[in-house]
Amino acid sequence: MDKSSGDGGNVFLVRLVQVYESFRRAELEAIADLLEFKMDILDYNDDSPFCLVRLPSIQNARALISRTIIAHAIYVLWGSGSDYPSLRTSVREQSAHLWAPFAESSFRFEIDSFRGKRSMKEQRSIIESFSWLPLNGPIVMRGAELTLTVFEDWAAGDQKRRSQEQKPDSESQDPESAIASSSLPRPPQPKRLYLGQLIAESGRSHALAKYDLKKRVYVSTTSFAAEIALVTANMAHAAPGRLLYDPLAGTGSLPVACAHFGAMTCGSDIDGRMIRGKGGRRSVVGNFEQYGFKERWLDGWVSDLTNSPLRGLGDEEATRRAGWLDGIVCDPPYGVREGCKTLGKRREERNAVVEGPVYIDGKLSHLLDGYVPPKKPYSFDAMLDDILEFAAVMLVENGRLAMWVPTANENNIALVTPMHPHLELVSECIQSFNKWSRRLLTYRRLRAGEIDRSTKSRKRTYGTGVTANELNSFRKKYFEGFKPTQS
Amino acid sequence: MKILTLNFVTCARKACKASPAAFPLRPREAELEIVEQDINPLFVRNVLPRLEWDALREVCGELGLQQLPSTAPSPDDLFTTTPAAADTAMADAADAHEPRPSQLLRDLHTLLLETTMRSGKLVCGNCGHEYAVKEGIANFLLPSHLV
Repeated sequence: MDKSSGDGGNVFLVRLVQVYESFRRAELEAIADLLEFKMDILDYNDDSPFCLVRLPSIQNARALISRTIIAHAIYVLWGSGSDYPSLRTSVREQSAHLWAPFAESSFRFEIDSFRGKRSMKEQRSIIESFSWLPLNGPIVMRGAELTLTVFEDWAAGDQKRRSQEQKPDSESQDPESAIASSSLPRPPQPKRLYLGQLIAESGRSHALAKYDLKKRVYVSTTSFAAEIALVTANMAHAAPGRLLYDPLAGTGSLPVACAHFGAMTCGSDIDGRMIRGKGGRRSVVGNFEQYGFKERWLDGWVSDLTNSPLRGLGDEEATRRAGWLDGIVCDPPYGVREGCKTLGKRREERNAVVEGPVYIDGKLSHLLDGYVPPKKPYSFDAMLDDILEFAAVMLVENGRLAMWVPTANENNIALVTPMHPHLELVSECIQSFNKWSRRLLTYRRLRAGEIDRSTKSRKRTYGTGVTANELNSFRKKYFEGFKPTQS
Repeated sequence: MKILTLNFVTCARKACKASPAAFPLRPREAELEIVEQDINPLFVRNVLPRLEWDALREVCGELGLQQLPSTAPSPDDLFTTTPAAADTAMADAADAHEPRPSQLLRDLHTLLLETTMRSGKLVCGNCGHEYAVKEGIANFLLPSHLV
């Protein structure tokens, strides 16, 4: 295969998981970027779990897979082909230097059929077709020094057709003789084959089991599922020594995911009950304690995004300098389960009372215990722009913002991606549900020299409505059941 | 709220952002406690250049904590490459070259990440607004007449 030859590093096969297709490539790229090595994606298809990449070294491959969530493992590619004869030719001609060191090693073979199934007999026949490899070591099922995997990539539906056609004499057929017997119509075969040497497995299964929401002490209806929260943390470059902040933290699902990768985290929420929790271990701090890294939760506080207490905002000097946060992760409330709120009074309330502080029994009401400041609904678009403005000021150079945004799945609605002159959109990943979808937008804070001073961030005007529906078109569509709009 | 976080927050009012008097917030009636944490040398090193050192000194003074030097230490002072004499015999060759946290780093860790304001008030030096800290959690929400 042309792609696997050539200089500058080795070709590896990443065995992806066939979920969250649009996140997989972006996740690998985010990790390679974080770990600062060059990765060329040689072959990637949303329809396949086999991705070929070129990496400078096996150490890089181990580092890459150790952080990847939407992959099972990484392999050194020994060969590939469109059928078994061409796969064997590819291995024989290109990979002698790869298999030579294992001549006396213990080894085992595995078959990984994507959308396909092989009987034990077929598997044995496939494995025996590689018996020419000079592997003289013992075959062991556990703890082998060399694990070789044959990957089969079947087209959707071919496996089903194959089993129907083969039924009458399936016992007498093995894949080799099936190909050889030209008198019969050729049954469907895998469209692509690979042979790979296992290097390392990802931390996926361990992490998904550990951070399963069902086992987490403190959760709410808006807690983020472990898998996609961990991917978000990867996109935001959460790593040891870094400080990440979630301005809409809720029960802290995203900070927990960032802490998994070693980052220091902090978070705030306009709803103090979320940050304080329900007492004892049922709190954000309790979640960090549950996972054994309470030292990675710097602090939680109660604050509003538009009136943030973090230093740097509104300060002219600070806007010229870069900020002090390495990353920002957030999942803004879509206004469905949790409303978009900011501090202030609704218009009708404003008219009803006198402007200024309120006294109760001669004391300022806002200094009394149990005071809850009034909140008003907030335009979703305005909130997204506020988050971008916040990130532009608070992030260090090359710091990242990973933010979730919902959209209705309608063809006639153009996807609006909020932009800021100090932020570069790195990736855009889509998770589709039935009638709506959400996107993970990842931005990078530009370095001082990269910022084009001539572009001013445009001031948008937002809906002047008062109710949640008027201010948030996504919420309105959600509760209308995403009916197509008349046009 | 940890001493480190106090170095990152100022008054939430937009009107106070430009005023030098608003930062740092002045701790009042503060009840402090030490919450032991595992040391994170890499994080302390990375966060050191992001601190407003004068503000940190001021807050330490107000809280009656130790007197800090007038200028921020250099990140080089956080690690020592020569292990103490007693350790040399024990440490193998590879370990001896590993940078070790210095006493300064340990002290900064205790100050920034273990010293916690359990309760009290944070007062803005510009507008005088008081933010309450309860059970270690500060509340920066503003009443509507200040928004």
